[in-house]
This record gives sequence, structure tokens and C-alpha cells, in this order.
Amino acid sequence: MDALFNILISRANYWVYIVLMMIGLYGIIAKKNLVKKIIGMNILQTAVILFYISIGAKKNATIPIIEHGHDTAHSAATATLYINPLPHVLMLTAIVVAVATLGVALTLVIKIHQQYHTLEENEILEKIREK
Amino acid sequence: MIWQIEIVILIIVIILAIGALSVKDLLGAAILFGAYSFMMCLLWAIMGAVDVAFTEASVGAGVSTVLFVAAVFRTSRRTED
Amino acid sequence: MKIGGLILVVILGSVLIYGSLEFPPWGDPVSPASSHLSPYYIETSVEDTSVPNLVTAVLADYRGYDTMFETIVIFTAGIGCIFLLRIFRKEETGTRLYRHIATGITLRIEKGGKFPETSAAFERIDSVWVPHDLIVKTTCRLIVPFIQIFGLYVIAHGHHSPGGGFQGGVILGAAMILYAVAFNLRSAIQRMGERLTVMLSTLGVFIYAGTGVLCMLLGFNYLDYSALASLLGVDPVTAHSHGILIVEIGVGIAVMAVMVTLYYNLASAGKHDEGL
Repeated sequence: MDALFNILISRANYWVYIVLMMIGLYGIIAKKNLVKKIIGMNILQTAVILFYISIGAKKNATIPIIEHGHDTAHSAATATLYINPLPHVLMLTAIVVAVATLGVALTLVIKIHQQYHTLEENEILEKIREK
Repeated sequence: MIWQIEIVILIIVIILAIGALSVKDLLGAAILFGAYSFMMCLLWAIMGAVDVAFTEASVGAGVSTVLFVAAVFRTSRRTED
Repeated sequence: MKIGGLILVVILGSVLIYGSLEFPPWGDPVSPASSHLSPYYIETSVEDTSVPNLVTAVLADYRGYDTMFETIVIFTAGIGCIFLLRIFRKEETGTRLYRHIATGITLRIEKGGKFPETSAAFERIDSVWVPHDLIVKTTCRLIVPFIQIFGLYVIAHGHHSPGGGFQGGVILGAAMILYAVAFNLRSAIQRMGERLTVMLSTLGVFIYAGTGVLCMLLGFNYLDYSALASLLGVDPVTAHSHGILIVEIGVGIAVMAVMVTLYYNLASAGKHDEGL
């Protein structure tokens, strides 16, 4: 029981990130409005990015910008003083891709609204079946 | 990485995410999504990812909210879902 | 659909939570993610590239190929938005609204009515219009140059502080969007038209890809910035730093143009006549 409690406390924040991802996934699957689906997609994307950033965090370490003193010779920095910078790099690209897909998705929403005059998924399907 | 601040911001983030998906007014959902983006930016800044937090602050709480509001302005604003 | 979605989400969430029990504790300095590859980057990237910001150094130098394709992705998003949404034919003029600048009186010209195209005393306003607001317009006009200077600073100072090409480009684009929201869309399009934004986004991609081709023409690998040492007259380590700056400028220009393009097309639904 004690070991279980230990596991619960030390990994609880991973569970919160998973809960956030599942909220986003539920928004994509179960909401009928198209803009709500897009919001759910973005919540899922930012939750995944949060998960990756949390992997790179280190206790008692500082941000990944090497402090250079007043001398010009840069001494070798020890690796435990700085947070792992590699997940940050990958997640920067992920944010750029997220905003690009957001732009195209909103473009498609406007186009669909111009054609069918509604944004609810079931009404759009009915109008498609009627034609 | 002060864990008290992290817990508070995580709770706020979950409430904002559930709120952005449940309100029936799409403009309110866009603004709640902008607030959610900004809280995520704070969370990443606490975890030490300053570059990612800067990017999310400028993209999520800036441009992305404006694009959502522009799209809601051109389509309908109410939804029953 | 909602119940099915809920069940699926709960099952998937519990599978993921079960998988997360195997994770290392949070913030562990000897976790597998922080002990195999990243010590090399933390310790030797300053002597390889002389850029203290590790994220910019890895993003634009060690993983420069990825960043080039990321720039192409955002360029493609802008071009896709134009192709999907833009309406090019000039539609017949419907109801237009004009405001007399000196007194604030608004006129509505119905369909078929005539009004001179340009006139000094009248300005054209959107169909969803607000009364002339001096505070918003003056504040915006005062603050947009400072936002642009800050955006340029963020691009140029990406070596030593958090920032870089993408963040600065978004801030520059946001300054233009602020101008378009405070005034109307037509005056923003007069300042930065559609042709200019498309050309700027292609210019940004060309700067990035062109730097790589230039390095290849000088005999090195693609995007190996040591080739610029002979061109710029510095030693190879500083050439890496300058090469990173050049590609960040390219990324910033491309991102600014795409943000402005996305806003113009979304706010006016392709017609470029009136916006938010």
C-alpha cells in the first residue's frame, strides 16, 4: 500500500496530462459542431506538447541558455545544470505545425458554411443525403 | 518548479479546457481557448521551457485567438451542442 | 455518439495511465531522456556554434533540415488558404456605406446608386460599423512601430535570449493584424497588399533554402554553415552563428507574411473588402 501511494504521488502529474489529452480527444470525437472539433484538436495538440516538455524537466536545473561570464573562453558546461533542450526543439516545430493546421481548418470551416449554411455535423450530413 | 503553482495552474487549465468545449456560444469558446493557451504558456515557463512558452504566448494567445474570432465572425455564433 | 466517445476515451486513458506507471520519476536527472544524447548537446554546442541559446543552436544548426521543412509547411498553409478561399472576380457593388469625416454623418448608397470612387471628404466604412473612435486609432498608430521594433529585436537576439525567427515573425505579423483590426481591412491591404505577402513568404523560404544551396555550391554539405566562413571572412565557429542568424531572418519573414495572409483571408472570407 505504501509503494502504491509512492507511485501515485510521483507520477500524478503524468496522469493529469493524460486526462487533458483525453478531454481533447473527446472533443474531437463527440462534439457535433465543427469549431468545437477544431478546439478539441488544439487541446489535444497542446496537451501532447506539455507531456513532452515535462519529460525534459530536471530538478534543480536552469533554463537551457548557457551563461557566459565576462571572459571570452567558454568553459564546458556540466550537463546536470541545464534542462534537456532536445524536447523543446521538437515541440517548437510541433507548435508551428499546429498553427498551420489551425489556419487551414478554419478556412475549410468557412468554406463549408458558405456551402451548407450550417456548422453542425448532423445537419450537414442530412443536406448531403438530400441532394 | 514550485509544485504549488503547478497544481493550481493545472487545475485552472483543466477547468478552462472543459469550459471551452461545453459553452454554447462560439465566441466565448474562442476566448476561453485563448485563456487556455495562455495558461499553458505559464505552465511551460514554470517547467523551464522558455522558448516554447514564448512561442505559445505569441501564437496561441495572440494570432490563434484572432483567427478563431475571425472565423466565428464569418460563420454562425450560436450552437446547440 | 457521446456515450461511445466517452467509453473509448476512458479505455484509452486507462491504457495510457497504465503505461505511465513505468515512467521515471518526474524531474529525474538520470532519466533515459536526459542521459544519452542531450549531454553532448549541452556540453559541446557552444564550442561548435558559439550560440549560448541551446534551443536556437539545435533548431537552426543541428536540426536545420527539419526547420526548413517546417518553414515550407507554414508556407503551404498560407498558399492553401489562398487557394481554398480567395474569390477573385469583382462582384457587383451592393449596398455601400460612407462616412463624412468632418461631421460623422453616414450615408448609405443602395444598389445601383452612384458615388465617386475616391473622395477626400468621405471614407468608406464596413457594413458592421462603429462610430469613429479616436482613442483606438491613435493608440494603435502609436504602438504599432514599437511592436515591430520588438519583433525585429526578438529575431535578432535569438542567440542569447529566448526567441528566434518564428517568435519574431509572429510578433511582426501580429502588429499588422492589430493595424487591420483597429482601422479597417481596406487600409491595411493598401499598406501591405496580397501580392507583397505572397512574395515575402516565398522570399523567406528562398532565403532558407538558398543558404543551404550556397553552402553546397562552396563545396560543403547542404546547410553546413562552415562554408560561409570564406564568404564572410570569419572563422568557421562564428560562421555557424552568422548562418543561424541568416536562416532565422528567412523564417521570420516567411512566418510574418503567412500570418498576415491567413488573417486577411479568414476575416473577409476571401473577398478582401471588409473585415472584423
